[in-house]
Amino acid sequence: MQAAQHAGHAGHHDHDSHGHGPTGIMRWITTTNHKDIGTMYLWFSFAMFLVGGAMSLVIRAELMSPGLQYVAPEFYNQMLTLHALIMVFGAIMPAFVGFANWMIPLMIGAPDMAFARMNNWSFWLLPPAAILLTASLFAPGGAAGTGWTLYPPLSVQMGMGMDMAIFAVHILGMSSIMGSINIITTILNMRTPGMDLMKMPLFCWTWLVTAFLLIASMPILAGAVTMLLTDRHFGTSFFNAAGGGDPVLFQHIFWFFGHPEVYIIALPAFGVVSHVIPAFSRKRLFGYTSMVYAIAAIGLISFFVWAHHMYVTGIPLTGQLYFMYATMLIAIPTGVKVFNWVTTMWRGSLSFETPMLFALGFLVLFTIGGLTGLVLAMTAVDIQLQDTYYVVAHFHYVMVAGALFSAYAGLYYWLPKWTGYMYHEGIGKLHFWLSMIFFNIAFFPQHFLGLAGMPRRIPDYAQQFADFNMISSIGSFGFGFSQLLVLVVVFKAMKGGVKADAKPWDGAHGLEWTVPSPAPHHTFEDPPPFDPAEAHG
Amino acid sequence: MDGRHLSPDLAPAGATDLRQLPQIGGNRRIVAGLLAVVAGSLLFVAVQPRLYKAFCEWTGLYDIDRAQRVAASSLPARPVTLEFDANSHDNGLRFRPETTSLAVKTGDIVHVTYRVENTRDTTVIGQAVPSYGPQHAGGYVKKLDCFCFKQQTFAPHEVRDMPVVFVLDKTLPEDVNTLTLSYTFFEVPAGNVSSSATSPESRK
Repeated sequence: MQAAQHAGHAGHHDHDSHGHGPTGIMRWITTTNHKDIGTMYLWFSFAMFLVGGAMSLVIRAELMSPGLQYVAPEFYNQMLTLHALIMVFGAIMPAFVGFANWMIPLMIGAPDMAFARMNNWSFWLLPPAAILLTASLFAPGGAAGTGWTLYPPLSVQMGMGMDMAIFAVHILGMSSIMGSINIITTILNMRTPGMDLMKMPLFCWTWLVTAFLLIASMPILAGAVTMLLTDRHFGTSFFNAAGGGDPVLFQHIFWFFGHPEVYIIALPAFGVVSHVIPAFSRKRLFGYTSMVYAIAAIGLISFFVWAHHMYVTGIPLTGQLYFMYATMLIAIPTGVKVFNWVTTMWRGSLSFETPMLFALGFLVLFTIGGLTGLVLAMTAVDIQLQDTYYVVAHFHYVMVAGALFSAYAGLYYWLPKWTGYMYHEGIGKLHFWLSMIFFNIAFFPQHFLGLAGMPRRIPDYAQQFADFNMISSIGSFGFGFSQLLVLVVVFKAMKGGVKADAKPWDGAHGLEWTVPSPAPHHTFEDPPPFDPAEAHG
Repeated sequence: MDGRHLSPDLAPAGATDLRQLPQIGGNRRIVAGLLAVVAGSLLFVAVQPRLYKAFCEWTGLYDIDRAQRVAASSLPARPVTLEFDANSHDNGLRFRPETTSLAVKTGDIVHVTYRVENTRDTTVIGQAVPSYGPQHAGGYVKKLDCFCFKQQTFAPHEVRDMPVVFVLDKTLPEDVNTLTLSYTFFEVPAGNVSSSATSPESRK
């Protein structure tokens, strides 16, 4: 239908593939359609989520009781390293890029991304990187076992699995930079007439800032791992103390990338939640302008707090004080956001469909993770808690309950738009409650373990930690297996069910709800009229 | 399909042009700007080692050359005799230091080489374990690099020279005038081979 309708659009030669383009697998390999590419990103990220999740279950199985049960310590280290790298670079980041691909053009009334072919390449760089990472397990000496931070001297000494990880990081970086250029150009240049920046949906704002963070920080990581590579193979001594280098320099460079990376993951999550909470509160988002400034402030400050990951490396007292205060400063714009979300719900007409449940789960658990972050920001406390399970609990509250729950909120929220059918509310709610309960069983006890002094990244522990570790392992297995419900939900919604209206949520706003469900292959060939009253999703 | 999706001839004249035309130049400009940011970031990280050193020296906030500092501490240097010793643990490795005794001063950066020969017809994976005499002097040997840091893989009949680099701390107790550094090579049981076991092929 659309093919016939758009056959006359000579100007849109990028979109001709539909109807008379390649079919089968070649359709997906050659596609330049933002919806196809968004779908591929989402499936890819879910596949990597299962791989990374399986690795975390290896870790939790080993930690179920003290002593060494199932795996050798070296393999344990490889599991925790790959778990982190795959979850950060393979699951969470591509998931939000998938949302960006699908939703940004629909939200701003653009026909596609600005550089549709580059978009295709951005995606297809990911599978080789994922293969490099996972295949490094089978390299002589196994995969990198340094933790995702790749600290030297260990990363200079490891086997070729480390080189594969370095090249994977290079490829992932290229993909992210291309994706970001695409997103920024699309947002800046392709908004429908009348939609100025301060009327743009908040998800686009979060991605605009995220994309800038990616463009500025990814080359830093690429540079750091390149220096590792030359230290390993070409006799340089950037980080090698024996040759006059300094391993602490790597930590500075890594975290100069690594801290913005945290917000690269968190900001799009904030964006999704800023759509879901107003829709199910049947109110407009409270404090749109302050939200935008808070996003920008978080993005900016994130570049100036990196050394709070390095309090025990011997940085001077003045440095510790500066980084402590700067880190606590981030709590202010983040607090503004949490305040605005809560105020959006205040006296709203709330209903609790699955997207809203996940958004609320996000709100509660992310706030807990933010609070433990403040605790860790305090230098004196951090020196005690550095490299304990308290840190593990902290970042799983912000990464899993923050980013992942928000991605699920977005998935359930937009799934009717993608598939054309409503998802099964019962399974959705079951998925939420299982996730919520098991997540807390898995990760809350880790706060206690950390406070009691259990170090992270070690496959064995003292007897007194046994009970909490058993509870945590049970929780993580429950959490892991309940994630398979997502597959059931998505397959059911793809196969059929209750037809979804163009706007299945009565409280939702935005241009994405003006196109039919499922969204046709081509949308907004001509800029849609924009009603400013519909702004501020 | 809703009425928004008009075919071009029905669309208001110029509706497409309005957005398409300025875009082409605009896209290029934005991409050029963003690529400049990427290039700037790459440049920033490329000059980082120099910048870091300069910053640390200029502000004095962080002592980047700890090895030199240990070497140049204000304590007076005093002569010490170093003795080197090597043992193998019945694993077919012939293992000995290139120098058995060395007169140095505290604060010196010492380079010594050990030679290992695999006398077997099979590959041997081993790890050297250090010990010190007197034992409490061990903490004053600040190793910068050592073959003992990781497992080593020796091909059949391979002969290899392996370095140890360390700084002898100036705070070495007065009563230590002779310090013995001894290594014993143990064969690593098959089940415990580490992922970082190094062989000449995997490292250069």
